[in-house]
Amino acid sequence: MDVQRKLAILADAAKYDASCASSGTEKRDSQGGKGLGSTAPGMGICHSYAPDGRCISLLKVLLTNACAYDCLYCVNRASSNVPRARFTIDEVVQLTLDFYRRNYIEGLFLSSGIIRSADYTMEQIVEVARCLREEHHFRGYIHLKTIPEADDALIAKAGRYADRLSINIEMPEENSLAQLAPEKNVRAIRRTMGRLRLKLDEATEAKAEARKAPTRAKPPRFAPAGQSTQMIVGADSATDQTILNTSANLYGSYNLKRVYYSAFSPIPDSSRALPLQAPPLVREHRLYQADWLMRFYGFDAGEIIDPAAGMLSLEMDPKLAWALRHRERFPLDVNRASREELLRIPGFGRKAVDRIIDTRRHSAIRSTDLAKLHIPRNKALPFIVLPDHRPPAYQLDGARLAERFRPKAQQLGFGF
Amino acid sequence: MHRIRLDSDTDFGGWRKAARELVLADVAPADITWSVTGDEPELFGAAGLAPDAGSFAETATPFVHPTQSPAPAQTFNVPARFVELAQIAILHRDPQRFAYLYQLLWRLRANPELMHIATDPDVARLQAMAKAVRRDEHKMHAFVRFREIGREPKSRYVAWFEPEHHIVELAAPFFARRFADMEWSILTPDVCAHWDGHRVAITPGVTKAMAPSEDRLEETWLTYYASIFNPARLKTKAMQAEMPKKYWRNLPEAVLIKPLIDHAERKAHAMVAAEATAPKKPQRQDQPMKRAKPKADTLAHLREEAKDCRACDLWKDATQTVFGEGPPHATVMLVGEQPGDKEDLSGKPFVGPAGQMLDRALAEAGVDRSKTYVTNAVKHFKFVPRGKIRLHQKPNTPEIKACRQWVERELAAVQPLLVVAMGATAAQSVLGKVTPINNTRGRLIDRADGPQVLVTVHPSYLLRLPDAEAKEREYARFVDDLKIVAAHLNKTQAA
Repeated sequence: MDVQRKLAILADAAKYDASCASSGTEKRDSQGGKGLGSTAPGMGICHSYAPDGRCISLLKVLLTNACAYDCLYCVNRASSNVPRARFTIDEVVQLTLDFYRRNYIEGLFLSSGIIRSADYTMEQIVEVARCLREEHHFRGYIHLKTIPEADDALIAKAGRYADRLSINIEMPEENSLAQLAPEKNVRAIRRTMGRLRLKLDEATEAKAEARKAPTRAKPPRFAPAGQSTQMIVGADSATDQTILNTSANLYGSYNLKRVYYSAFSPIPDSSRALPLQAPPLVREHRLYQADWLMRFYGFDAGEIIDPAAGMLSLEMDPKLAWALRHRERFPLDVNRASREELLRIPGFGRKAVDRIIDTRRHSAIRSTDLAKLHIPRNKALPFIVLPDHRPPAYQLDGARLAERFRPKAQQLGFGF
Repeated sequence: MHRIRLDSDTDFGGWRKAARELVLADVAPADITWSVTGDEPELFGAAGLAPDAGSFAETATPFVHPTQSPAPAQTFNVPARFVELAQIAILHRDPQRFAYLYQLLWRLRANPELMHIATDPDVARLQAMAKAVRRDEHKMHAFVRFREIGREPKSRYVAWFEPEHHIVELAAPFFARRFADMEWSILTPDVCAHWDGHRVAITPGVTKAMAPSEDRLEETWLTYYASIFNPARLKTKAMQAEMPKKYWRNLPEAVLIKPLIDHAERKAHAMVAAEATAPKKPQRQDQPMKRAKPKADTLAHLREEAKDCRACDLWKDATQTVFGEGPPHATVMLVGEQPGDKEDLSGKPFVGPAGQMLDRALAEAGVDRSKTYVTNAVKHFKFVPRGKIRLHQKPNTPEIKACRQWVERELAAVQPLLVVAMGATAAQSVLGKVTPINNTRGRLIDRADGPQVLVTVHPSYLLRLPDAEAKEREYARFVDDLKIVAAHLNKTQAA
């Protein structure tokens, strides 16, 4: 099988992993030395976008899509009839370098089906990274999938070469994973996430120590871009509340950089036990918004979702839905409210809040300024007070306010 | 009217020099026109002014050509923020950008705080322009596509790109840092950037015909693009928001966009409609053996069994059961409350801050920790997540009771002579009832079934004390309690 055919199979097999981030790692470049590549700390770079709206930042492939496991939601499960392929280590390395030199990619995201054993699989993955780093002096981004229960020495090695490591939690609830992925074990996944967290903390501490005493040897490197995970949404019956609780638990426990939500999407040759329907893309989007509220807007996992529903509203963003349920907290005076309060106003993003706080020390914010701050007027005005604006009392109390924000019913067509 | 001609579209130094002198000479924004060499309107070109004439001002003015005027006698301060903004905004393609920048600079003299007012129209306009430039630069980093001329290791890489703003010089260092070992050129209609392995050279713009039109890897790249796309989730608007159509003509993969979209619906529909496959017989290699219940409660067996404990709900949020550790027949058993953050992650008891406090106090009291069996009354970490940390929660009575079987079975297996219950939870578990610490600590209590019990505080209590004096006093009391353990150990060793 030629490399191009293998690539078609092994990229197709990798596309259900949503993560493609290339951000948040250490600063590196190849200037003044041998080698190729650099990182873009802070913001990652998306080199292309597919028509599914997903960014293409890394060469995202599996080493092999042969897999001993039979996870029902997975296109590569042992019982699926998809064609199988396996890259040699050298093929992945060469492909990464060739793509990188043409500026198609930021680096490599390598995963694999489980072959032989966790340790054997992990060893193969790590070997690709080692070859790129040590033999080709590749300074670009590397994301490696970590196989739960892989040996500690292999994990340490993976962290030495990779920028990011990830282990997918797959399902929001333990029992659905047990049903859908009989060979996977949440306990093993969590234990490995815990091991990664300890190694990440150790590296951070060692780095801080080294900064204090710069004469000492450089501390061993461990995945400077941290760890992440992915949860499949819509393959089981978990509610959004359950999903957010699981995310909050994972963020707190393992200091994850990101939890990715992947709407369960029909796969070729799929199993009977799963919903064969279009992926719940709006739900996925709302979950990302809620995730942002938890991480950057001071919201608690327990307050974002209407307890009566247990699900996020599909019609409006979660912050707006929260504000409509907590009208007693509004209207807020934009020129006086605290940062925490401003962050809770519908339509107010983090950057806008920073700018407001900077600006209002010198000049009061007025309603004509909202556009300059990129704040949507219609969404924000009912909830705020400005020197030249105060929402009428009936508006905030009225039942019609929520109506305003619902999407207009779509006319499906004229009969003729 | 003052006419200022800058050397190039990106001549920030020239703009800065001219602007400084104009401000110092009190020249109002309305009295200046700005232009770039080579870009002057026909009107002036027709007037017969040679580009190197040095001055083409209609009226006498000291600001003829910024690079030729003498160094200014005076300077004035502008906020660093303005300079940062101006260096980027000046790269915008809007011909009015020099005037907009001058307008803001002019106003800054009277209102130095202006840069903090994001809602000011002049500030907002320039910030929007700088943002557009930054975005264009970012997109250039992303969308430049090199094509190889020749074959490695003697190949050159050449790209054709059409930037929206004057960003080639701004973006070039990024490529120099990234592709330091390659010889490359980025050709654009404005200017071209070249890297020879040592420095970036800028040359005049060229046409697309000068750039290579193919590359041996492109077919492979297109294969990747088509294969990584998931036809079941078409989101073309999201794609176009980040990869606007104006870039498509120079992206090799863009030829696939239309056919992929056209076929997506059919493909996705086929996947949904296709008859689901019945799972094949799973081919498990090593079927986990049904564990027979061990006859003897050895510690190893207990540890295995406790791994899957579901006696209360605490296992759900925790990472793992943290079982006791130490010599299987230790004479002293230390019982804490429950594992903390670090213990939960590592699966070992007393390895976090409380563990370090315990280690210190044990050493001071003369107790060798490695000779003791260390465990907790509750074996899972109870917490609530708060952002990136976990807040410890005290276990409640049902949880203590649910976990008590493990403490009792550990006691039965280890058969220590002395049990040290550290903190209220441990005391409640070991003594089987709620026990106030202050009344019971520091003396040996007999348990009906054999071992003696010593109650003391939990080391994390010492960590929580706010003032140093109380900390020191309580630490000393804790060490005193542990000295009883040391004495007990010495006595049993002597016996």
